[in-house]
Amino acid sequence: MSVGTLYRGGEGMWTWVLHRITGVSVFFFLLVHVLDTALVRVSPEAYDLVIASYKTPIVNLLEVGLVGAVLYHALNGLRVILVDFWAKGPRYQRQMTWSIAAVWIVLMLPGTYFMLLHTIQAMFGSTA
Amino acid sequence: MSTTAQPGPVSIPAPRSSTRTGQRSNFELYSWLFMRISGIVLIFLVLGHLVIMNLLDGGVQRINFAFVAGRWSSPFWQVWDLMMLWLAMLHGTNGMRTIINDYAERDQTRFWLKMLLYLAAAFTIILGTLVIFTFDPNIG
Repeated sequence: MSVGTLYRGGEGMWTWVLHRITGVSVFFFLLVHVLDTALVRVSPEAYDLVIASYKTPIVNLLEVGLVGAVLYHALNGLRVILVDFWAKGPRYQRQMTWSIAAVWIVLMLPGTYFMLLHTIQAMFGSTA
Repeated sequence: MSTTAQPGPVSIPAPRSSTRTGQRSNFELYSWLFMRISGIVLIFLVLGHLVIMNLLDGGVQRINFAFVAGRWSSPFWQVWDLMMLWLAMLHGTNGMRTIINDYAERDQTRFWLKMLLYLAAAFTIILGTLVIFTFDPNIG
């Protein structure tokens, strides 16, 4: 039985699907983010009002999703570059897939905690 | 042999030349290369931006007008944000262009989706650039 020649349904396809989904999501956020930052040209009050919504618990959670999407897109993009330009890239693409998954989890665990720290403290009233 | 052309079964009219006559461009090659080069630069610019804005020193909770004013008083962060804006917008727009080409099947649909994309991209790049260059910390 031949192994490693089928693309569909393998890690290669799913990393590609995730790359597209995270890319499109980050692109639309970028359009919104330039607009909200442009409010600094309107007035400090207008900017601070909109930025206040970024500090609410639900949007705070969305920010973790955004960081996770960007981080995945960055790591997988690096993997794609290595597959394209590194002579041994195609041979190690599967190991690189599991490596970026591991790096993503290792960075996201403390990242999520510290990004949500203020929200956690505000919601559960930790004064310790 | 007769010189009057008889359209026989072997007369395939100029194969491979109907749509692309001579002028093949390297645009898609440069686009592919740009995605990789801009991607590497963006890893530093964007991940740095995310760490500063969301993790360090209180994260998003400390961001307000005064914080932006403090950052953009430094040319370093102005250049950082300007490069990030242009590279991210071009990288993202080129990615969206690829996706439209992949999934929009009718020529009309592809054309208008891409026009909408380019319009949104141009608007966002110009707006963002103007905001960075005309920022006034004493407004209002």
